[in-house]
Amino acid sequence: MRAIRPKLRSHAKEHIVTIDTDSAPRIMFSGENLLMEDLPVGTRVIYPNRPMTPVANPKATIRYALNHPEDSEPLHAMLEPGMKVTIAVDDISMPLPVMRTPDVRQLVLEIVCEMLADHGVDDVHIVIALGLHRRMHDWEIERMVGPKVWSEFWPDRLYNHDGCDPDGMVLLGKTPHGELVEMNRRVAESDLTIYVNLNFVPMNGGHKSMAVGLCGYESLKAHHHPKAIVESSSYMDPPKSFLSHSFGRQGALVEKTLKVFHIETVLNNRCFDGPLSFLNKNEDDFTETDRLKYQGMKWALDKLPFAARREIFMRTPAAYELIACYAGACDPVHARTLQKQNEQNVVDVQGQADILLMGIPYISPYNVNSKALNPLLVQVMALGYFYHMYRNQPLLRDGGVLILTHPCSDRFDPVHHPSYIEFFNRVLTETTDAYTIETKYQDELAYNPSYVEMYRRGNAYHGAHPCFMWYWGQRGREKTSRVICVGADNATVPSIMGWETAGSIAEAIAMARGTMGRSAQITMMHHPPYMISDVT
Amino acid sequence: MLGSRPKYKNSAAFYDVDGTLIKINIVHAFAYYQARHPSLIESAVRTLKTGASIPVFWAADKLSRKWFNEIFYRQYEGASEDRLVVLAEELFEDVIKPNIYPRAKDLIDESRRAGVRQVMVSGALDFTMKPLARYLGVDDLIANRLEFVEHYATGKLQKPFVAGATKADIMRAYAKEHDVDLAESWAYSDSFSDYAMLAVVGHPTACNPDFRLRSLARSYDWPVLDLDEEPDRAASRRPQGLARVRQIRRHSPEN
Repeated sequence: MRAIRPKLRSHAKEHIVTIDTDSAPRIMFSGENLLMEDLPVGTRVIYPNRPMTPVANPKATIRYALNHPEDSEPLHAMLEPGMKVTIAVDDISMPLPVMRTPDVRQLVLEIVCEMLADHGVDDVHIVIALGLHRRMHDWEIERMVGPKVWSEFWPDRLYNHDGCDPDGMVLLGKTPHGELVEMNRRVAESDLTIYVNLNFVPMNGGHKSMAVGLCGYESLKAHHHPKAIVESSSYMDPPKSFLSHSFGRQGALVEKTLKVFHIETVLNNRCFDGPLSFLNKNEDDFTETDRLKYQGMKWALDKLPFAARREIFMRTPAAYELIACYAGACDPVHARTLQKQNEQNVVDVQGQADILLMGIPYISPYNVNSKALNPLLVQVMALGYFYHMYRNQPLLRDGGVLILTHPCSDRFDPVHHPSYIEFFNRVLTETTDAYTIETKYQDELAYNPSYVEMYRRGNAYHGAHPCFMWYWGQRGREKTSRVICVGADNATVPSIMGWETAGSIAEAIAMARGTMGRSAQITMMHHPPYMISDVT
Repeated sequence: MLGSRPKYKNSAAFYDVDGTLIKINIVHAFAYYQARHPSLIESAVRTLKTGASIPVFWAADKLSRKWFNEIFYRQYEGASEDRLVVLAEELFEDVIKPNIYPRAKDLIDESRRAGVRQVMVSGALDFTMKPLARYLGVDDLIANRLEFVEHYATGKLQKPFVAGATKADIMRAYAKEHDVDLAESWAYSDSFSDYAMLAVVGHPTACNPDFRLRSLARSYDWPVLDLDEEPDRAASRRPQGLARVRQIRRHSPEN
């Protein structure tokens, strides 16, 4: 590896670096490993904004939000002795990686539970609003809610939502668009529901919290389909997202039927710190220590077996900090949340890219504490989330080439993702057409009794979840001309997903230039932490 | 709920029983019978004899399920039919019921809710399995039958033996008779010896599998279920009463 020379940035904007002849190579994630790649001169590298300054006193911020809510009475004024209250709380799918303890949800829950007790509200249940995600393991819940709430509520009054429980779900009604709205029965029968949200990406929070977090399969079908994804440009830009509009209609019905008090929290993007803080930095600014840290880490990762590498990353929580907390009615709270989140995550970018490079890290919302980032999740990270991390217009122009780095190993977690295995090996080998999959296979997987049992009483994602993951990448698939995977340890997995493979970034860029021309604009997204490009 | 609407037609779920739905096996049932004798001394002697026979049963089972059946069921020779049937109810209450895997009934309930026909396929004796089949609410029971002459057991099984590859033949015949599509059916077993039973359906599932079956399931991408884990407290987390739900339904736009 050649030496990395410090270089002054030539670009006026701090978050965009244009590669020059003497620029340092860039670090890219490739699953549970890191790559250091020389990029062609003229390549644009987009970095996230620096982490915003956290609030000085998180507990005071949360209390202030509860007592000064948006378009609502303060929480304490809504409480009466003897009332039935349910607290719904976001699951482990956010933030990524999991944050250090105390989790911000713990802080909120401790304050809310104390307030409820002070007002004589004893009938309180806490439901993990996981939608059709996997049930959280008990130790994950304990870590998330903290020892105080855990010891008081687990297991009778603190549990996972079950969207397939025929006795535990009710039908609230239909939206004017014909979208069904199912709801967790305990929530539907409560006098007040308090939703504790941890907002990490713009598509989360708001009406999605109640409409998706506590729903069943039939109401999820209203928006988890390929057409919804194709018509969302992007789903990280709520005003232009079909998904967001559908969540809004369902959520409006929920708000009309039930009394809900929303609490939303916003984190900064301090993804890595301490020994890993160099991963947050521009490589041109690396010190000698940073280079040693990188080389030491790279040496260790190269030597360690896969399971050990994964364990290291999974056991390294992120240093996220609270930057805002809002409470009250759904719409005004979420508007403020989005505004704050955009301040942290949106970066201005001028012009689209012809070739987009992205390193796929070891984690996604659906494989926290799983044994692998399976191929479907690699796909959802690349063509789903990272492709959609834009506002206004896509960072990758229509017909462009997407290059990603990941081993794409044929590895699945049979406990968390059993139906993914069947989906990948049976369904995708028969057809990759999302519309055919929706009509022909989705219900079959959803109602497969083995998968239902594994979702309800094991720790598996719902049987239809892999279908949703495939749809999630539908717009990316339709809008890109080629997807090239660099560093794949096999050719079969990428080819099943319709991808090409290349041995190196240089080879992949040469292949992409074959389609896009020698003067193609190349852009690299330097994440994690993630950023949203506002492309003009 | 909409989610509870049956989705499958002409599908069946075939369950092996010993080790799959219950923690015990046919030797436990036999030992129970041997220990229930009017004379205490006779009970003790028979129990000791059963204990001493276990290595023989084990070895026979490892070599051939056919040998095992011949050796094992010979022990029933001379037993009266009415005694076996009457004791089967007690056997269920005292031995089988406490040893049903915690999630077994939930699995069968899920499967039934999906509109799937429920069938138990067991190498145990039919009269010992009937109370269990009734308790779990399965539609049909396929099990081994002892041969009786004038209401006394001869120690032989009636054919066909329900074991190994024969289970697959029996399932095929059952599917033909009941218009069941095996490609859209499920089979659940804990043992590699039931490979044929699993391979004959479109949705094989390994339940609490032994090492060989677990490896096989991994190779063939079959789902693996562990029914021995306690389900979390479903009853206690379900709110009681329907008053609130009725109120919600009244106010919903659909109405």
